[in-house]
Amino acid sequence: MIMRSQPPLLELRDISYSYPDHDSPLLEGINFSIHKERIGLIGPNGSGKTTLFQIIMGLLKADTGEILLEGKKMETEKDFQQIRRRLGLLFQNSDDQLFSPTVLEDVAFGPLNIGATPAEARNTSISTLKQLGLEGFEERITHKLSGGEKKIVALATILAMHPQLLLLDEPSNNLDPETRERLITILRGLNQVHIIISHDLDFLASTCTQLYAIEKKTLVRCEEKQVHSHEHIHPYGNQPHQHGT
Amino acid sequence: MIDEPFATGSTLFHKRDARVKIVGAASISLVLALNSSIPAAVAGCLVTGSLLILSRPEPLSLCRRIATINVFTLFLWLTLPLTYGGEEMMQISFLKLHLDGIHMASLITLKTNGIFFCFLALLATSTTVSLGHGLERLGLPRKLCFLLLFSYRQLFVIHQEYQRLRRAARLRGFIPANSLHTYRTYSHLFGMTLVKSWNRGERVHQAMVLRGFSGKFIPLDQPQLAKEDYLFLITMLLLSLLLTGLSLSLLPLS
Repeated sequence: MIMRSQPPLLELRDISYSYPDHDSPLLEGINFSIHKERIGLIGPNGSGKTTLFQIIMGLLKADTGEILLEGKKMETEKDFQQIRRRLGLLFQNSDDQLFSPTVLEDVAFGPLNIGATPAEARNTSISTLKQLGLEGFEERITHKLSGGEKKIVALATILAMHPQLLLLDEPSNNLDPETRERLITILRGLNQVHIIISHDLDFLASTCTQLYAIEKKTLVRCEEKQVHSHEHIHPYGNQPHQHGT
Repeated sequence: MIDEPFATGSTLFHKRDARVKIVGAASISLVLALNSSIPAAVAGCLVTGSLLILSRPEPLSLCRRIATINVFTLFLWLTLPLTYGGEEMMQISFLKLHLDGIHMASLITLKTNGIFFCFLALLATSTTVSLGHGLERLGLPRKLCFLLLFSYRQLFVIHQEYQRLRRAARLRGFIPANSLHTYRTYSHLFGMTLVKSWNRGERVHQAMVLRGFSGKFIPLDQPQLAKEDYLFLITMLLLSLLLTGLSLSLLPLS
């Protein structure tokens, strides 16, 4: 009997994309698959990391290539609606993501859209907020939250839809060290696998098991993490000091 | 930017459901707007003024708001007595004051303030958010209600973006003056704010689509009206009836 291995949760085959008004493509020949890994994605500004997320979610259409969800090819808008139920994308800017007046309404928006009854949506939302340590935030007004609170609430709006894979776009940006630590703890405690875009290598090291980079328009797997040392210069470097966590 | 200084509190006005307050405010202000007798307008002002006192607003911001609205009525007092026509009352050098004009200006002032008090007591004691939901539950087209709520939500973000751009201009030595450079800079600021808001609108829409939005808003269940809400509604409707009766019986016979 031939053992058939389980298809990857998400697979990209030969994805290319170019912006309509640009001559050269932004992304070319991207091949990638994710089963149960927790992946970090790095790359310079403007290299197409966010674009890649938008292609996966069906917000942008790739010029060539295929996207497969558990081995099934995604083509039509209906297919991508399927993807959006299973994958959750956390935006760079939480203000784009939180559009409802109160926190509870915002978190319940997704569950209501995918067919939960108002009572179910309310329960799911309350328990998701509780899971993230946001008890008592239900009736808070979204635009009056602090930047860090907005980020965690935005994560709650995604988690309330119980996605299997999280795509996080620079989640640790502009967070104070405490909220950053809190986010790391939350991400490490979740069951979902994730792909995180970040320039914060320490953040990625604490939350991911593999690292990919966008280099020369394509996606390459980075070497496993290694201990390294290098000489560097500090003002007052002879004093005892700490480096970033 | 938009602060809601009267929306926090614990008076009976703050505790009532937004729906009964909207209906109450609508009926009382309708009666006051249609009334055309001064005694009834005075009575209206007294009634809504007492409602306002019962809602215990913060005195300083209350005075500021009343002053703002009366800037408009001040203009009526400057123009109506001179231009409305009718019986001549007195003459100060070449200016002729007309009785009908004064009558009209006082009526409008009383009505404006009466309705204003009523809105402050009933509507300003709710947040914009709960008013939006209240309107929706009263059966107003859902799209209009969400337009209100979304505008309210995004206004802050757009305002912040505008402030950020303006600060950036200031930090580079921009001082507004009556010059072409100033006008050009402001038009760039407005233009850039508009473009940014547009882009933001698109991103918000993307965020909604990603969470399964397909053009229809599904509301979360909201609390039912309590017995006190019905009592409040009946009181407001009785007050409107009383004022209607008063304004009809005091109608000038002509």
